[in-house]
Amino acid sequence: MFPLRIAGLRFAPEGRAVLDGVDLELGGEGITVILGPNGAGKTVLLRLLAGLLPATGGTLAWGDSPLPDGRLAMVFQQPMMLRMSVYTNVEFALRPQALNAAERRRRAQEVLERVGLADRACDCARLLSGGERQRLALARAWAMRPRLLLLDEPTASLDPSATEQVERIVREIRTEGAKVLMTTHNLGQATRLADDIVFLAAGRVQEHAPAQRFFAHPQSPAARAYLQGELPWRIAFDR
Amino acid sequence: MTATLLDALALLGNFDHRLLEIVGLSLRVSLSALAIGALLGLPLGAWLAVADFRGRGALIVALNALMGLPSVVVGVLVYLALSRSGPFGSYGLLFSPAAMIVAQSVLVVPLIAAVSRQIVEDAWKEYAPEFSVIGIGRPQAVMLLLADCRFSLSVATLAGLGRAMSEVGAVMIVGGNIDGYTRVMTTAIALETSKGDLALSVALGIVLMSIILGLNVVAHGVRCWAARRYG
Repeated sequence: MFPLRIAGLRFAPEGRAVLDGVDLELGGEGITVILGPNGAGKTVLLRLLAGLLPATGGTLAWGDSPLPDGRLAMVFQQPMMLRMSVYTNVEFALRPQALNAAERRRRAQEVLERVGLADRACDCARLLSGGERQRLALARAWAMRPRLLLLDEPTASLDPSATEQVERIVREIRTEGAKVLMTTHNLGQATRLADDIVFLAAGRVQEHAPAQRFFAHPQSPAARAYLQGELPWRIAFDR
Repeated sequence: MTATLLDALALLGNFDHRLLEIVGLSLRVSLSALAIGALLGLPLGAWLAVADFRGRGALIVALNALMGLPSVVVGVLVYLALSRSGPFGSYGLLFSPAAMIVAQSVLVVPLIAAVSRQIVEDAWKEYAPEFSVIGIGRPQAVMLLLADCRFSLSVATLAGLGRAMSEVGAVMIVGGNIDGYTRVMTTAIALETSKGDLALSVALGIVLMSIILGLNVVAHGVRCWAARRYG
């Protein structure tokens, strides 16, 4: 499945280019954070990788294959919640996998334990708070044992405490060997989580660098301008 | 008018045997039609919500149009199908409760299918991306969406029961309004009113209205409870 090679990827519905020739190569480890202004195409890139949108042009190569091996999960900014229990909202995601009921139950209970929702397993998922919902969405993705986890602004609109819990879970998922590719507008979060940064602007990758180097010495003018708009975080990192 | 109302209340208070027989048959026929309608209409509506094929739009338009199908037209069509010279004439169902169940099912299936299609499609639009990434296929999605939308769908089903119980034209044509055999509330009301036996008509009207009102109370209760319990 890795390295993931993206070459000349274009997405231009009705001729309007959202992604205009993205070239990128990602290894199978660590957390890669995609940064960029609104409209840069971050979410579109994730959706193209997840197969939710058809590319207008370019190629994706997952290791030696043109398709991912299926071990891919995605957590959306507003994750869907079935009008069912917290437990069922994890367990149903395992049904397409060739697992028996006992194994599905074991995995669902295990991940709910790990995201701190085991005591809410019987509660209705739609009644959870925003932070709990996002943890449940992460549990659902985690239970699938993904090789690549795509996270689309997983902490947008969460308070600092809920954000910290989500970040802890993302680190644990990374530690277990999954590659994490996430978008965020929160530069503090990017400095805390990222091993490397992909900076996307105007539908193209402007810069791809290790996180520390990116924040300390951004190479592209677009990235420098973007970071200057977030001065407090830059100072914190430089210190 | 007061005397008629008092007579009607007396019939109700005394649990008049004739009245109970008519109400019993009405419930039997309509609940059977509802069961068939739900069994066919819910999966049909859910499938149509998630399916993607050429002509889907035309099928949805047709289904929506069938919701307004006049019951007398259904009565005539079912009559033709079940009459001795019709394709199902050999079953001898005409002028029987079974024929009335068939006619009411024909009325109820499009209603339940059309309403459930809309309900499930709204949920599908919200869930489709995540289902796709998880690898949920369309047959599995239909089952999950039916379960997820169960409360809204129960209201659609109750609407189907209301449609079945309140229609008169179709059951009159295919049932024949035979006393003690195929006479249901609506056909009895029509007949007794024309005969001038207003007390029985009013009593049946009260029962019919109570059932319809009760259904709406149940539907409202289900919605409120589900909103509190499941969000």
